[in-house]
Amino acid sequence: MHTWLKNAIPNATGLLITEMVITGVILLVFLILLAFFLGYMERKVAAFMEIRLGPNRVGPKGTLQIVADTLKLLFKEGFTPDAADKFLFNLAPGIIITTALLAIAPVAFARDFQIWDINIGVLYISSVSSMAVIGILMAGWSSSNKYSLIGAMRSGAQIVSYELSIGLSLISIVILSGSLSLNDIVESQANGWWILKGHIPVVIAFVIFIIASTAEINRAPFDLVEADQELTGGFNTEYAGMKFAMFLMAEYINLFVVSAVAATIFLGGWMPFHLGNLTGFNHIMDFIPSSIWFFGKTFFIIFIIMQFRWTFPRLRIDQLLNLEWKYLLPISMVNVLLATLMAIMGWHF
Amino acid sequence: MLFEPDHYNEEGEFVVNMGPQHPSTHGVLRLKVWLDGETIKKVEPHLGYIHRSIEKMTESLSYRQFIYVTSRMDYLSAHINNQVCALVVEKALQVEVPARAQAIRVILAELTRISSHLLWFASIGLDLGGVTPFFYAFREREAINSLMDENCGARLTQNFMVPGGIMKDVLPNFQQRVKEVLKQFKDNYHEYDEILTGNVIFQNRLKGVGILTKEDAIAFGCTGPTARASGLNCDIRKLYPYDGYEKLQFDEITSTGGDCWARYEVRMAEMKQSVKIIEQLIDNIPEGEIVGNTKKVIKLPKGEFYQRVETARGELGVYIVSDGGTTPYRCKYRSPNFANLSAIPHIARGHKIGDLISIMATIDLIIPDIDR
Repeated sequence: MHTWLKNAIPNATGLLITEMVITGVILLVFLILLAFFLGYMERKVAAFMEIRLGPNRVGPKGTLQIVADTLKLLFKEGFTPDAADKFLFNLAPGIIITTALLAIAPVAFARDFQIWDINIGVLYISSVSSMAVIGILMAGWSSSNKYSLIGAMRSGAQIVSYELSIGLSLISIVILSGSLSLNDIVESQANGWWILKGHIPVVIAFVIFIIASTAEINRAPFDLVEADQELTGGFNTEYAGMKFAMFLMAEYINLFVVSAVAATIFLGGWMPFHLGNLTGFNHIMDFIPSSIWFFGKTFFIIFIIMQFRWTFPRLRIDQLLNLEWKYLLPISMVNVLLATLMAIMGWHF
Repeated sequence: MLFEPDHYNEEGEFVVNMGPQHPSTHGVLRLKVWLDGETIKKVEPHLGYIHRSIEKMTESLSYRQFIYVTSRMDYLSAHINNQVCALVVEKALQVEVPARAQAIRVILAELTRISSHLLWFASIGLDLGGVTPFFYAFREREAINSLMDENCGARLTQNFMVPGGIMKDVLPNFQQRVKEVLKQFKDNYHEYDEILTGNVIFQNRLKGVGILTKEDAIAFGCTGPTARASGLNCDIRKLYPYDGYEKLQFDEITSTGGDCWARYEVRMAEMKQSVKIIEQLIDNIPEGEIVGNTKKVIKLPKGEFYQRVETARGELGVYIVSDGGTTPYRCKYRSPNFANLSAIPHIARGHKIGDLISIMATIDLIIPDIDR
């Protein structure tokens, strides 16, 4: 496609802009569809766990239910409270969804299929995703609602704390693979995914990453920011219509991003499953397209995180912070030390 | 709005109104909460949002009619509310209730208790952020409601009592249906333990939270599972037996913890005791009359009458002053929820917002019963 465009548009800047626009539009459409699908999947997973059927009226097997819901939200009034800080109030959903979209750039969806091959991919993702807290704080503060304010304050404490564990668990893999680039990390798993190589620090890092990223994206059991039974909706209490839908969409995109990152870093991204010297078996595995490998792994992790939500009750705010500062953070620090030791001594393979 | 003096006073306290429309107050209760960050400094309940003046209405209703208004007080224990009104009339008239009617009353009352506790179990899960237990408990509650529907004609507000007995005989398949419901309940009970009781997060949310000492429980007039979790023996079925409870074998569940976890355990164990009571009765329902000998128009003798029963939430008392006419001169209900609510400001102080939700969930308030 690049060469075809190059022939059509001789100007280099024009070419770059055209390519960016095309990529952006494709990505947006893809992510909206993805958010739709995740919304549908969440309802079905919830129904499956709660001995009920879930959506089954609109469209075949209820697949269009989420479209109907979006249409409903589209036609609702985009209400802004009188007492709200109008500029920040309307800016906040944009910021949240932008940070969610930015984080997806360096993720490799399949072999040689990446929007932006940046050599500090891991660093980029962890820094961009931590910016979401600004949007949440902005939304909670500008709503001029007490519940929103409490929710926003909680999110400040929560996301900033769990950011540390996520960073440290990613670093242990960075140390072992020796690169910050997501592509290199995937390549380093060509002869076995990190999680299956049997390194203890990797397993610990994986568990910590899953827990901390559930907290990072404010999903149950760490959804204190919303905590509808306590705060009637938390930071987005005052939002309605499309602005609310943007929060919802950002939540699902964030869910996809953390699962994709976990799949890339711990489960080998698009790398097929290979077993030692069984050449025949490995060839069969290679025939499965790499994008299917990537999405299979991602959705596996999404499925796990969704099960958390429908199984566990919510933590209390002090228990949440205790979990991070007393358990997860010390464990991940020791874990990074272990990983470093392994890397220095050359014990890993 | 945030900086109005009423909402934010000089000491920097943050005043939040929880309710009257709030997801976890289970009705129109309004709690005014003074906060210091996340910590609760003071709670002030405001009542009256669903006051329907049931006690005053009773003064213009006959002794056959006033029973059915009480279904709308504690709507989850509708059957037991009706029972106390029927009992007070029977006590005043000194009518003998037939053994068959007594047995059916007790079976239905215990089914009501199970169904009420199931709804409590469903909503405690919901209040603490776990949605799944709700559906598990409602599966069994649905079975009980269908049974009530078949026999009493209503799922929630049964209105099955008349002074002197019950309104209608139960269906021929009543015994078999009750056994089915009990079997379903017993088969599925372990799922409740698996989804909530054994969960570490859930236990941590409840243990050591909202401790109500025995002395406080007495001082606030708490009754029911709330007080029994503090070690107070207050089961009316044991202390002042009615409708043949004295002939039945069951344990009064008490605990000494006094915290939310103790209240949780007491209620979970009480469901099993109710099953035990029904199992003793279901195969031995005596044959015979279902209504005792009462006149068409009931006139209570002049005087004052008091009767109490154990509802799913505690002691419900009805106090009737009669001037010898066809309607009560004055009627007063002693509702368990009102007394239990008064303990909340005391035990919630110093806890977090999330703890207030656990406390409210385990005290299990029904707001229409508070306001009446």
